[in-house]
Amino acid sequence: MSERNLRRRFWASFAWLTLGLGLAIVILRFQLGLGAVTNLSDQFPWGLWVGFDVLCGVGLAAGGFTITALVHLFHIRRLEPIVRPAVLTAFLGYVLVIVALVIDLGRPWNLWHPLVMWNPRSVMFEVSWCVMLYTAVLALEASGMLFEHLGWRRALTLQKAFTTPLVVAGVLLSTLHQSSLGAFYLLSPGKLHPLWYSAALPLLFWISSVAAGFAMVLVESRLSGRAFGRELEMPVQRLVGRMLLGALVVLALARGLDLAVRGVLAHVFDGTYEASLLQLEVTLGILLPIVLLSHRRWRARASGLWAAGLLTVFGFVIHRLNVSITGFEASRGATYIPAWTEIVVSLALVTAGFLAFRWVAAHLPVFPPRALARVPDRARRWTR
Amino acid sequence: MKIIRPQGILIDITRCLGCGQCVEACRTLHGQSPEPEPGARLSASDRTVVDERYSQPVRRMCMHCLDPACASACPVAALRKTAAGPVVYDASRCLGCRYCLQACPFDVPRYEWDQPVPSVVKCDLCADRLAAGGLPACVEACPAEAAQFGPRDELIAEARRRIADDPTSYHPRIYGLEEVGGTSVLFLSPVSFEELGFPTGLPSEPLPDRTAVAIERVPGIVGVGALFLSAVWWITKRREEVARAEGPAEPPRRRRPDPPETTGNEEEHHV
Repeated sequence: MSERNLRRRFWASFAWLTLGLGLAIVILRFQLGLGAVTNLSDQFPWGLWVGFDVLCGVGLAAGGFTITALVHLFHIRRLEPIVRPAVLTAFLGYVLVIVALVIDLGRPWNLWHPLVMWNPRSVMFEVSWCVMLYTAVLALEASGMLFEHLGWRRALTLQKAFTTPLVVAGVLLSTLHQSSLGAFYLLSPGKLHPLWYSAALPLLFWISSVAAGFAMVLVESRLSGRAFGRELEMPVQRLVGRMLLGALVVLALARGLDLAVRGVLAHVFDGTYEASLLQLEVTLGILLPIVLLSHRRWRARASGLWAAGLLTVFGFVIHRLNVSITGFEASRGATYIPAWTEIVVSLALVTAGFLAFRWVAAHLPVFPPRALARVPDRARRWTR
Repeated sequence: MKIIRPQGILIDITRCLGCGQCVEACRTLHGQSPEPEPGARLSASDRTVVDERYSQPVRRMCMHCLDPACASACPVAALRKTAAGPVVYDASRCLGCRYCLQACPFDVPRYEWDQPVPSVVKCDLCADRLAAGGLPACVEACPAEAAQFGPRDELIAEARRRIADDPTSYHPRIYGLEEVGGTSVLFLSPVSFEELGFPTGLPSEPLPDRTAVAIERVPGIVGVGALFLSAVWWITKRREEVARAEGPAEPPRRRRPDPPETTGNEEEHHV
């Protein structure tokens, strides 16, 4: 058996094993309650499934609204080839977020309640509505691929006619709930560590989601290169890289200004546990990719862009986990470390996302052939 | 929502004997054995406890905020502040998102982590008994009059009177008067509240004011956003049409030419 085959088999077994184990844990969770499979507590009512699956899932799917806006509203035609992969990623991302919510909510069979039981003062109410509506928008945006595959010309024409209003709605809904995920934490002064608690959290969440969305496009391009032997043409990747750079510079300025205005800039360097975590997230997820992207030598290379995208994504995940988990440890007088069962379920959801993307991309016209560059054969790993 | 003379409880720690009869009454009322769980912490079965960790025995229970963070957080209004004073919970509406636990500045709500159909558990100030003209079970059970039930404004006047009459026995502050906009449960203490483990750095404005700022921006974001995006769409579209009509002009100038294209696989030769 060739090495490639072995590797493929290994990853396939790993993926299905994770999915199977995750499913078993979810069944246990519904029989025995959340406490049986999680380390959640009254001190830490939100853990990995909220901090990673929901907060990061939504944020990393932001490419769906930014790329559609740039192409369909700003008419930057060069980005057209990445619209479909970005929309597909976002749609699958939101579906997985909803699956994660079904697992994490105590009474998920009441998921529809916000539709009829209103509390307009609640940020969670607003987020529920936005996520439901935006998932519908993404489904409509992604439906074009299906119609094209099925050869339903009239449905496709109709879908295209509604592109602009759909994209506008998508941008507005995304702006609202991406920022509202940060607004959740406005209720927690004195609980969330002052390095992260800020009235500007909604704005910071929105800006960082824009950056994360671009970063995911770069990461995805590389992964598609591995899986399908096709990745984005370099000029397109570079353009996305420049946009990521712009978003990161704005984010760096906003984060710095926020810390300075609130008078806690000095605490970033006082050597505490929280300070080190903040340094980690800012260095890894903002400063390092800025350095990489502002050197044309690295920006011109696929590997430089891939590294910058991956670092941004890592830093983004650390930021969301800091705001949702580690930033609460000091005031709780307790720590939360996810149970292995929580980690497996999160891994299973990520795996499901990869498998679903690969399956859809293999069957529907996700990648328009003309704008993709062929990746040399030896880099291909997942092709069937 | 206009609140007319909401009721509340004044807990006077100087009078508390630490006998725990309030806890027993509360547990019995909710169909549990009278003996509380060890540790004297609020739990999914203890809606109130007598905390013995400090120099004085301290009652812990829901503060029944005047503008509760938990109720503003709840997406489906399963938690709400009633005009009579209690903050009540309706499990049939609840999604189980636990934002209420996350939001409570006093860390009061508890969750049934070991239940397949879990509920939020917290004191409801015996709202049913109040509606029937009765007293909260814990107040009724107290042998030392350490807990007094009544309209909040009267309780505040009473608390002020006690402090004024005996300033040596009382710490001068009434806890709950201003914390997060005021609470229906008020505390008097012989020592500072910091010494008893109460959160003392809370703002005096209601916490929901902070999320209201974000929510109030929604119509503006939608309006201005829709206008801005439409304008961008129209302008860039127009520019594209003009460019097409004028035909291919001179090629667009680049400020800085990027170096020649490389793919990810070439770099291995450079490094």
